[in-house]
Amino acid sequence: MPSTPLLLSQAFSGFAFGTLLALMSSGLTIIFGTLGFVNFAHGAMFMLGAYAAFVVLVETHSFIAALLAGAAVLLVVSVVLERGLLRFFYARPPEDQLLVTFGLSVMLIEGVRFFFGSDSQRVSPPPWGEGIVNFWGLFYYPLYRVEAIGIAAAFLLALYLLLYHTSLGLMVRAGIEDRLMVGLLGIDVRRMFLIVFAVGAIAAGVAGVIFAPFSAVIPDMGTPFLVQAFVVVVIGGLGSFGGAVVGGLLVGELLSLTTAFDPAYSQASIYAVMTLVLVLRPRGLFGKVGRI
Amino acid sequence: MNTSVIRKESAIFTRRGVVKAGLGVGAAGLLTPIGAPWVWAKDYPSMGTYPAGVQGKSVFAAGLFPLTGPYAAMGHDEQRGFELVVEHLNNGSKVTEAVPSLKKGGGVLGKKIEAGVADTETKPNPAVQAATRFITENKAMVMTSSVSSAVAVALDELGQRKKVISMAATTASNATTGKNCERFGFRLMGDNYMLCQALAPVLAKQLGHNLKAAYLVPDYTFGTSLYNSLTAAFKKYGWTVATEQLAPLGTTDFTSYLLDIANSGADVMFNETAGADSVTSTKQAIQFGIMKKMKYVLPLFSGFAGKELGPEVLEGLYGTEPWWWGEEETFPLAKYFVADFEKKYNYKPRFPAANAYNSIIMWADAVERAGTFYPPEVIKALESGYKVDTIAGKVWFRAADHQGVYPVPVLQGKSKAEMKGPEDFFKTVELVPGEQLMEPIDQTGCHMPAVDAA
Repeated sequence: MPSTPLLLSQAFSGFAFGTLLALMSSGLTIIFGTLGFVNFAHGAMFMLGAYAAFVVLVETHSFIAALLAGAAVLLVVSVVLERGLLRFFYARPPEDQLLVTFGLSVMLIEGVRFFFGSDSQRVSPPPWGEGIVNFWGLFYYPLYRVEAIGIAAAFLLALYLLLYHTSLGLMVRAGIEDRLMVGLLGIDVRRMFLIVFAVGAIAAGVAGVIFAPFSAVIPDMGTPFLVQAFVVVVIGGLGSFGGAVVGGLLVGELLSLTTAFDPAYSQASIYAVMTLVLVLRPRGLFGKVGRI
Repeated sequence: MNTSVIRKESAIFTRRGVVKAGLGVGAAGLLTPIGAPWVWAKDYPSMGTYPAGVQGKSVFAAGLFPLTGPYAAMGHDEQRGFELVVEHLNNGSKVTEAVPSLKKGGGVLGKKIEAGVADTETKPNPAVQAATRFITENKAMVMTSSVSSAVAVALDELGQRKKVISMAATTASNATTGKNCERFGFRLMGDNYMLCQALAPVLAKQLGHNLKAAYLVPDYTFGTSLYNSLTAAFKKYGWTVATEQLAPLGTTDFTSYLLDIANSGADVMFNETAGADSVTSTKQAIQFGIMKKMKYVLPLFSGFAGKELGPEVLEGLYGTEPWWWGEEETFPLAKYFVADFEKKYNYKPRFPAANAYNSIIMWADAVERAGTFYPPEVIKALESGYKVDTIAGKVWFRAADHQGVYPVPVLQGKSKAEMKGPEDFFKTVELVPGEQLMEPIDQTGCHMPAVDAA
């Protein structure tokens, strides 16, 4: 049995990781809910955010600039991709949509590999993130990770306000419930699709920027995250923002806490829970029956 | 296996081949040495991809490297070393000119080398699938591979089964030439045992005796083998184990392992992870303040550790590499290799490139000395203990377990001010000759299978 301080710090670690996963997954889930397809390039977009941060940090040494750059790069990339490629696939069968985003993912990853190589790029925490926080003498934790929770939570809050307190959000949520009806009501679905895809991609990119100082920045860095985000979306319910947040935190905690007991089971645990959810509640924790 | 039947079949086959080759020569109206290999082929039965793989003007060499995933940077480096050696063997170079058997150039035994490369994804299954394709479709005569001992072990085993020589390039696990040793598998670079035997005296001298060490161990054959080798090598100096933390390959969050290590009361932390995992865990170790709390050792510096972590992190840290480009100061051939590599790829080669390059040189030299591609003869030539002048000095294989007798550089990270160039990350504390580092053969656990064993 692991010690209480270790369990506490692992629970905290799971929370930190979970908020990031929630941010990433909420992007994935609104794209799926609105556009109706699974974005396999979401992991590559996470990675693009991290590389944007790397480039900007080398030039400016400002983490705020890196966050803005991550968002800006993903805005441009997502608009170009949606207008130039993905919109031609809305009417195509699901397997075509799956293949096009999967292919896109490979091209983005290999494109970055071509320009930057496979070796890890150096991204350090910002100067205001250096140091260690002592939690009441029970456990301690790097300051940047504590701040990262705040940054990710702020972006999640912004996303929530956008979805639940603006007319655009109302349209998006209506679109998730019934895309056809929204179109029939005279709302420009094309424009809405573009905006949703961009917002979803930016969420992934920002998550990538926040994560970069934790880890190696390599072209494949988004792949494990993409897989975990899929699990989150399935557990939380397809198209559900709340589901993505709760699912993200749940998966984060599962991964961290099982590691404290036996690392070998940490990956398996999230699939076990996903299976359980699919059996007991196929639409996911917060999904609605009949939603795409 | 009924060899006499095979002999008979191959005799028929060979006679036909000679006739065919003769017709070819006749039609061309020229007496060219095209027929020469058939004279050799006549003496040997068919085995594996022989003689099917040597009937054309070229022979196929397969490279199985991790081009995606946490070891991708080293995998690409390895691929470049492999491509450069093929180029050098085919078109000649200052390195191959220095090896008597390879002096004449133009490929191996007059046949150009054709290279094929596949991505292993750092996993044994895709590696074995790709290698099987190279063996059945391209009739590969040799393969080189890895940056994962799990992959190396799987491919050596495949080589034994398919009777194709496997020159595993970058694999440090002792098991590769220990309990998993194969007659068709050869590993040139120093294994974990050798790396640790080289490192331990230097580190014990610098850091002291009777210390408590914490270990972060990648949870597969390489990691556990390195752990065993480190604990064995440091026992002599009274070092004990404070904690052993096993982390799966590709871990993104090392928090729990690092906290256990921070609380273990250790004086030293050995971080055994490699590739991107080494970067992630080191970054997180810094953030958790571990490097301030205890001495930090990367016993096997990753191929690109210098560039990925920077002199700010590496300054003063001790470790080893299977080969470091600084060896060009000691070995003239390394200088040529580094120069040609840098000219082609715009950076200094790292150990994966050197391993792939040198492993194929050893194979080519053995084929030339054997005078045939017939695998059992090539294996005999590799096992003969013949010393080849290479980019790591004079090296050879030990017959009993197919482990290369290969020097190990013990390195220390330079400060930014000490660096003479952008890639001059390490100073060589000591370049330990391979002979001094070999594991006693009865300890390796190797029971060398026969050539015809499955």
